[in-house]
Amino acid sequence: MKVTYPHMGNMAIGVKAMLEELGVEVVLPPPITKKTLTLGTKYGPEFACLPLKLNLGNFIEAYELGADTILMAGGTGPCRFGYYAYVEQEILKDLGINYDLLVLEPPERNIMEFIAKLKKITDNKPIFQVIRAVKKGFLKIKAADEIEKKVAFFRAREITKGATDRVWQEFLQNLNRAREEKEIEEAVNQAVVALARIPMDLARKVLKIGVVGEIFTLLEPFTNFNIERYLGNLGVEVQRTIYLSEWVNDHLFLGLFKNYSRHKEIVKEAPPFLCHFVGGHGQETVGGVKYLKKQGFDGVIQLLPFTCMPEIVAQAVLPAVSEVEDIPVLSLVVDEHTGEAGLITRLEAFCDLLSFRQKGGNHEKRRISGN
Amino acid sequence: MKKGVFLGIDVGSVSTNLVVINEEKEILEAIYLRTNGRPLVALKEGLRKIYDRIKEEEILGVGTTGSGRQLAALVLGADTVKNEITAHAVAANYLVPGVRTILEIGGQDSKLILLKDGVVTDFAMNTVCAAGTGSFLDQQAQRLNIPIEKFGEIALKAQNPVRIAGRCAVFAESDMIHKQQLGLSIEDILAGLCDALVRNYLNNLAKGKKLYDKIVFQGGVAANIAMREAFRRALCTEVIVPPYFEVMGALGAALIAAFEREKQPYKTRFKGFNVKDAELKTENFECQNCPNFCEVVKIYEDYEVVGYLNDRCGRYSQMNNKKLAGIG
Repeated sequence: MKVTYPHMGNMAIGVKAMLEELGVEVVLPPPITKKTLTLGTKYGPEFACLPLKLNLGNFIEAYELGADTILMAGGTGPCRFGYYAYVEQEILKDLGINYDLLVLEPPERNIMEFIAKLKKITDNKPIFQVIRAVKKGFLKIKAADEIEKKVAFFRAREITKGATDRVWQEFLQNLNRAREEKEIEEAVNQAVVALARIPMDLARKVLKIGVVGEIFTLLEPFTNFNIERYLGNLGVEVQRTIYLSEWVNDHLFLGLFKNYSRHKEIVKEAPPFLCHFVGGHGQETVGGVKYLKKQGFDGVIQLLPFTCMPEIVAQAVLPAVSEVEDIPVLSLVVDEHTGEAGLITRLEAFCDLLSFRQKGGNHEKRRISGN
Repeated sequence: MKKGVFLGIDVGSVSTNLVVINEEKEILEAIYLRTNGRPLVALKEGLRKIYDRIKEEEILGVGTTGSGRQLAALVLGADTVKNEITAHAVAANYLVPGVRTILEIGGQDSKLILLKDGVVTDFAMNTVCAAGTGSFLDQQAQRLNIPIEKFGEIALKAQNPVRIAGRCAVFAESDMIHKQQLGLSIEDILAGLCDALVRNYLNNLAKGKKLYDKIVFQGGVAANIAMREAFRRALCTEVIVPPYFEVMGALGAALIAAFEREKQPYKTRFKGFNVKDAELKTENFECQNCPNFCEVVKIYEDYEVVGYLNDRCGRYSQMNNKKLAGIG
């Protein structure tokens, strides 16, 4: 059994660690590129959203490398993602690519349910080994998230452009290589030290932008044109409302680590604008705006794949949230089109808008003057 | 006597515009050219025309904007490079002080910009659809064999504007053809099209946003009197079309360069008018350095590389800064 699974940001690192600990052979798809997208759009249904197309591309590319089993997350609720695993398998079958499919549906009661499912995948390995594997995977994505948050801070303030990115890339490689828990800690410490050495301009006035929206678009830099890095290089500190480790804790571990994720806090902020679950992360998107405002952010960007229903619901609500909360919100729709010029124009204009607001106070100073 | 002027350039998908203002920010020259898909050719032609008119003057600063702003900045040596949303807002606020809402329809993009006390508070830009833009109007005028300049005049003669489906350019066109085959008059169809585009614009961009007075309508499409009329009807209020409405982006770019110099005096990076006679060439190649496989564009001026564009990681475009400090 050679297992593959789709890419989503840094997820691959964690899942790989977990599966390898369980003695499962992993075949990672090559990183998402234009080729992945081309394959996905060629064989995927036109009106499916970008995540499906990229998953499909991942699977085709991984098949060429010898994978024979797909590990996919499932889901319930109004978002179409729940049946993507099956649709994708059917499409692949039509192409003559026969994969075995393993779907991890979110557990309904507790974490043991999730572990029981994993046991099935791994040939009934003893439970302590499964737990150890899950823990190792989780520690890796947690480490990645921890450093990524720091990277956002440093990137906005670094003096030589690109210094932070170099540390980040090196850290990811170290993290991927780490075998023991201790090595993970070491990688983290190394990155922290390396970041601290980066010359910074602490006096720089930094804008803070929060990113909310659909999880795949948020986490996978290929789909969002690496928006976090782009904004970081413009001198903006960027935070997301969803980090993978938080999501795993909420959905797979059902909140095993208390107070680890901000999910509940964020959803709590959604009413009165959106009072119930609309699938995907629609409610989190709406709540996220108010949450970020409270955290002192200057603006919010919503990211969604074209045709994403939950996010469209949220998008319709956002103008009201933006007005009541007095915080600018920019919605960006991503799709297979690569109109990067338009995206950059919007991001630049959004940053201009925010810095006009930030200057505030003196009326004369607030006048548009081109900086 | 030599005087100081600022040059603003807006390289858009459909038009390339140049505006020259003096130190008092009075508009001296304004040029509107078709880009015709060749921004470098249009740029050179624009420079040639401007040069003929302002030979005597000294260029104090150059600002670029529009989707081709980086390209223009590299080729000319610009002092400020600004996105078109900010540039449009600066220009509108300058010509119509106190403006609250800007409706801007250009070739490929349409924009809605909201301001308060001269500060941009919100904006929207058409996303995945170009049904409500100048190019589409152009296309339809061409199909019906009507010069685009006459479009508005003809549409205004309509007695009973027909209803055209305006959600998407493809639907709109088939609906227009359908109405045309029913034998309805061109005037009524064109007027219906204007209403449809306004509906499309408001649905796509205004989405739940409140539009306050003063409303300014600018961009190439504002030349069309039927479109102005359609906006006025839909919004039930006066819609101002400022002078120089079609070169607002370039005006904004010039103003930004001028404001910037007032705030912090700089020596212009403008390379001079020789560029107008230079041989400009671009070449693209796929960078194999990482899985992004960016299509990098290399720009030559008289066989000398002046800069790179379009790489995501900055491996090549970083070199631009050495050639021309601080663009971006």
